[in-house]
Amino acid sequence: MASLPPFPPRNSRESGSGEDVLFAYLLRLGDDSLILGQRLGEWCGHAPSVEVDLSLANMALDLIGQATFFLDRAAEVEGRGRDGDRLAFHRDVLDFRNCWLVEQPNGDFAQTMARQFLFSTWQKLLFGHLVGSTDATLAAIAEKAVKEVTYHQDLASEWIIRLGDGTDESRRRMIEGLDWMARFVPELFEMDEIAVAAAESGIGVDVTHFRGDYDRITGEVLREAGLERPAEQRPVLGGRRGHHGEHLGHLLCAMQFLPRTYPDATW
Amino acid sequence: MPIWQVLSDVEDPEIPVISVVDLGIVREVDTARRRVVITPTYTGCPATRVIEQDIRAALDSAGYRDWTIATALSPAWTTDWISADGRRKLLAYGIAPPVPAGERAVHCPQCGSGATEEISRFGSTPCKALWRCRDCAEPFDLFKCH
Repeated sequence: MASLPPFPPRNSRESGSGEDVLFAYLLRLGDDSLILGQRLGEWCGHAPSVEVDLSLANMALDLIGQATFFLDRAAEVEGRGRDGDRLAFHRDVLDFRNCWLVEQPNGDFAQTMARQFLFSTWQKLLFGHLVGSTDATLAAIAEKAVKEVTYHQDLASEWIIRLGDGTDESRRRMIEGLDWMARFVPELFEMDEIAVAAAESGIGVDVTHFRGDYDRITGEVLREAGLERPAEQRPVLGGRRGHHGEHLGHLLCAMQFLPRTYPDATW
Repeated sequence: MPIWQVLSDVEDPEIPVISVVDLGIVREVDTARRRVVITPTYTGCPATRVIEQDIRAALDSAGYRDWTIATALSPAWTTDWISADGRRKLLAYGIAPPVPAGERAVHCPQCGSGATEEISRFGSTPCKALWRCRDCAEPFDLFKCH
């Protein structure tokens, strides 16, 4: 979003190098997984059928498991005595580094699946490449999680096809869902300074390298669903710098309420 | 009691017929450094922490108080690490064991029929999918190949 003024880095560690880049990079990965996991968890008990309910809750668990590993590692790299829970539950909205796509409200089931499809396809490609990260812990998390994300991508693809190629209403809802979510895809492929530094040091990957694969894979599923690729829209950027929609704050209110109100609560 | 025996008595909290050794969760017993290395099965499995606590309790009560438990993520756990004995126990318990790569047929743990179909790719725990037998009509859990 070019019209936004540059945001001063709230955390000086994000502008440095070496471990600071690793910390910032892990935070992005962890926040993406955490926020989408929390979103999917909102479906628990509300999905169209019990099987779908199980699927969404299981995907949420996988994502929150990823977030735990990424954020624990981030906290370890930071070396300030925080842990993954501290990062998840005691940061304010402007300190979150997730992309816009994952914080989008669930909407209807088609919209949730559109979001999942666009995100999981990207995350699967990303993790497939991160297996070669120079950070051994990051590589190990990616190696483990890519198998689970493959399931997410399969499941979401099947629903894109089923709803897109379903009734008039399911098709209309899926078109609307994809149309809304597509504007957040360019952010996934943005290479800002942190992303470039991470890729150059071998911690991360240059996401632009698999943009072609992403377009091909999503294109094949859309074709099978009988859907057009959503029209190009003005992309929404800035999540990696802490610019977020109003929805993220509401999500955090629900997610962080208990640990913030009772800071030392235990089971 | 030998430490492997102690560990073999620790059950999986979700599937109590199979031990953490059968499941391949115990990766290494390092006598020199007095530590047990375990690996999580699924990233988001809520049982992971319970398993670690159960192992801790078993080690403590068997006199291995000075042993530590370390977690290793890589190489990632796969269902290939489930022992042959573990697979047999899963089947007897009514959970179809994971189908090795290259094989497609999932057999019903109740009647043995190969005429089965997936109901839901995600089941009651992260490690299981929900299937159904077309012959005896029973639904059953399949331990997902991972």
